[in-house]
Amino acid sequence: MPKPAEVTLPSDRDVRVTRTFNAPRQLVWNAHTRPELVRKWQGYEGWDMPVCDMDVRVGGKYKWQWRKLEDGMQFGFFGTFTEVSEPSKMVHDQYYDPGDMDFAMPTGDPCIVSLELSEQHGVTTLVCNLTFASKEARDEALSTGMTDGMEHSYTRLDDTLEAAA
Amino acid sequence: MQTSKQLDLTFAALADPTRRAILARLATGEATVMELAAPFQMSQPAISKHLKVLERAGLISMDVDAQRRPRKLEPKRLVEAVNWIERYREAFERNYQRLDALLEELQAKPSRRKRTGK
Repeated sequence: MPKPAEVTLPSDRDVRVTRTFNAPRQLVWNAHTRPELVRKWQGYEGWDMPVCDMDVRVGGKYKWQWRKLEDGMQFGFFGTFTEVSEPSKMVHDQYYDPGDMDFAMPTGDPCIVSLELSEQHGVTTLVCNLTFASKEARDEALSTGMTDGMEHSYTRLDDTLEAAA
Repeated sequence: MQTSKQLDLTFAALADPTRRAILARLATGEATVMELAAPFQMSQPAISKHLKVLERAGLISMDVDAQRRPRKLEPKRLVEAVNWIERYREAFERNYQRLDALLEELQAKPSRRKRTGK
């Protein structure tokens, strides 16, 4: 059983996520860089991923867009790869595109996402570091960004359950 | 709902292992500066610096007991901050559990992989 993800705050602008996987590093790399694989695990309950374009090379661009099945509301992320060293390291910037949503996440400055993979005895350790433009941006992302997609789904579920009670 | 400034103070307060240990100690009951300093082999002024950071973040408060002035935990703000980090972690973890399933599928024997047809 892989150890669950751990989140640490190495500085006032960073968030670091660490997770192990029972798989070779190349497979974990593929899962992060091939659109047909990314779609299978990146996302949110009740949402699909209509856009998953990835040109994984230095200077190449990517675009991710999620759509809520229930009402078609969309949001996403996009950016450019600045470092690509398969299968051990990838760095890209990440701009938030609020689309139809009204999340309180900053849209101006990007955060820098760095993904590092190392493998020992068939177990891959992933370290994903997100460096935000400022403390405020980091704290906003922590408190609203990642989770609002799910909150929407869970709030509606709560409403549905209450109505049925 | 905490303001950005309060979040700053809370996260900065939590970012130090000594301060986290102080919070853990206070979670079991209030304590004076002397009692808090003892496990760390740290001087009282050094511990007081940490306590100031925790007080400014609203994570602890001082009980005005004439003689002892013990500090006590203010759990609400701590719970709020920890909740946010935890929810963020859970969001990543949900995705990574799906990735676990995908990686298992990708490593399955070729004949099994063909049958799932995904």
